[in-house]
Amino acid sequence: MATLSLRNVRKAYGPVEVIKGIDLDIDDREFVVFVGPSGCGKSTLLRMIAGLEQITGGDLNIDGKRVNEVGPADRGLAMVFQSYALYPHMTVSENMGFALRLAKVPKAERDTKVKEAARILQLGPYLDRKPKDLSGGQRQRVAIGRAIVRAPKVFLFDEPLSNLDAALRGQTRIEIARLHEELATTMIYVTHDQVEAMTMADKIVVLQAGRVEQVGSPLELYHNPANIFVAGFIGSPRMNVIDATVVSAGGGGVEVRLPSGAQIVVEVAAGAMQPGMPVRLGIRPEAMRIDPSGPIAGEVRLVERLGGLTLLHLGAEGRDDLIVQVEGTSAVEAHQAVRVSADGAACHLFDADGLALPRLARHQLVA
Amino acid sequence: MTDSLAKRILVAVLGWAVALLLFFPIFWMVLTSFKSETDAITARLFFQPTLASYGEVFARADYLAFAFNSIAISLGGTVLALALAIPAAYSMAFHPTPRTRGTLLWMLSTKMLPPVGVLVPIYLLFRTTGLLDTRSGLIGIYALMNLPIVVWMLFTFYKEVPHEILEAGRMDGATTWGEVYHLLMPLTLPGVASTGLLSLILCWNEAFWSLNLTSSHAAPLTAFIASFSSPEGLFFAKLSAASTMAVAPILIFGWFSQKQLVQGLTFGAVK
Repeated sequence: MATLSLRNVRKAYGPVEVIKGIDLDIDDREFVVFVGPSGCGKSTLLRMIAGLEQITGGDLNIDGKRVNEVGPADRGLAMVFQSYALYPHMTVSENMGFALRLAKVPKAERDTKVKEAARILQLGPYLDRKPKDLSGGQRQRVAIGRAIVRAPKVFLFDEPLSNLDAALRGQTRIEIARLHEELATTMIYVTHDQVEAMTMADKIVVLQAGRVEQVGSPLELYHNPANIFVAGFIGSPRMNVIDATVVSAGGGGVEVRLPSGAQIVVEVAAGAMQPGMPVRLGIRPEAMRIDPSGPIAGEVRLVERLGGLTLLHLGAEGRDDLIVQVEGTSAVEAHQAVRVSADGAACHLFDADGLALPRLARHQLVA
Repeated sequence: MTDSLAKRILVAVLGWAVALLLFFPIFWMVLTSFKSETDAITARLFFQPTLASYGEVFARADYLAFAFNSIAISLGGTVLALALAIPAAYSMAFHPTPRTRGTLLWMLSTKMLPPVGVLVPIYLLFRTTGLLDTRSGLIGIYALMNLPIVVWMLFTFYKEVPHEILEAGRMDGATTWGEVYHLLMPLTLPGVASTGLLSLILCWNEAFWSLNLTSSHAAPLTAFIASFSSPEGLFFAKLSAASTMAVAPILIFGWFSQKQLVQGLTFGAVK
């Protein structure tokens, strides 16, 4: 049982402010992912929650109690580090039992808890090995095991998968999600990988330059990004962004003109939009398709065949990297001229400040 | 291949040449200690070996008392230096401030001061506090003398320990002392050991302070050697015998700990 709340939490190193006032609520048993580009402050924020970095200003509450000045171990949290940070001179079972040993838990009870964690993580055969005799994936599991043994209120993960190879990363991702299900504990997970964020999170917190850009469920962020930064960060391949001009604005949406003169009606609330205003049109690669009568004409520069899907990089609308996602069975080849259309209901429109105009109809999954 | 073989031979020859050059004085000293005084002056290589000098040295001075002082003072000075340096190096390696670098350099700069420059104030301090000719006085001086080097060495070993390991310890509930005792000490043991060995050797060989601050009660083996360089003429055989006896313990000790010492000084402390 653990809820967290952050109220105007700030962190400064001397005159340099790296966390600029963060408000956030984390519910019990929620899986929250902090995501953002490197240097956005996500790891610093996690370390502040852990108690490894001092909080310059604001309040951090765990279960309603202010813990700014409480030491790391007494906050009831456990952390899995990016480098695993296993104790190299201890065996796997000593590593996992270290916290209990410090807490003077009797040896028999300690062994029971270590064995239970080892069972959950399938580490049984390795309990007497030293970390250097383990593979990367096994070390990762020991690091998680060390956290499990403490039965913490909140698990903190600091980019735990970034030292694993791609196959293992996918597998461990599923394991952590399974663990969240099994342990039913609050988890906070930091990553720069939006795929990890999308697949694991109940709630994603997108950070940039020490500020929260948006908080929401993965699909909420995908379908209704609050601004152009979130739109570009969430979703893979990236959303295409094209400069455009408003032609007309009304109840049915906003009609915009692209650099080539092509026009598209985007189903968003017009708000204060006036004809002639500059906007940016966001179209996800999966919202476009090859269409001989489509408004956008371009030339295929590059074809990336992923098997099930194919990504076409188009030269169009003054850009040479407009990405269109088509079926893997598509026969389109490089240097071919194509026309594409975009689904106006799935397009996004951003004003001059980069803020998204609200969609007219919310997606059924995030309604 | 032939190229690298030639290079290897050259390196081996050079290495042996340097080693022999360094070893020769010790070899000559040991040789001289087994000569009679007349043979000692002629510097000949073949002679009738005798233990006469050793007998005289033993008869004239209480070797064991000096040796005990040397052991007690070297060990004491080293333990005290480590006890002061471990927290200092921990703090500078893991909680650095903008002044850390300057503090380290300042500590090292004190080694550039000739000890004789502070002889009079130290002597007066010792006289006033009653520390003259006491083992505890010398232990204090030796610890302070080696402190900069000990802190520097420990600092470099500690620098190699990933911060995250200590942070993980803190998350697991370790106090600052717990971090040092459970994690830092075992992880940097080879480094701490070689630092301690070096400090022991430096203490053992120190002569300036021991000669000036002790007379009989707390005098270590360096004073024992000095007592044989008498003003009425040099007796090389006896002097060599005394010196051999003074350096023998540390030489034997160094021989057995050389692997540890070289490893600690050349590779990192943490694997």
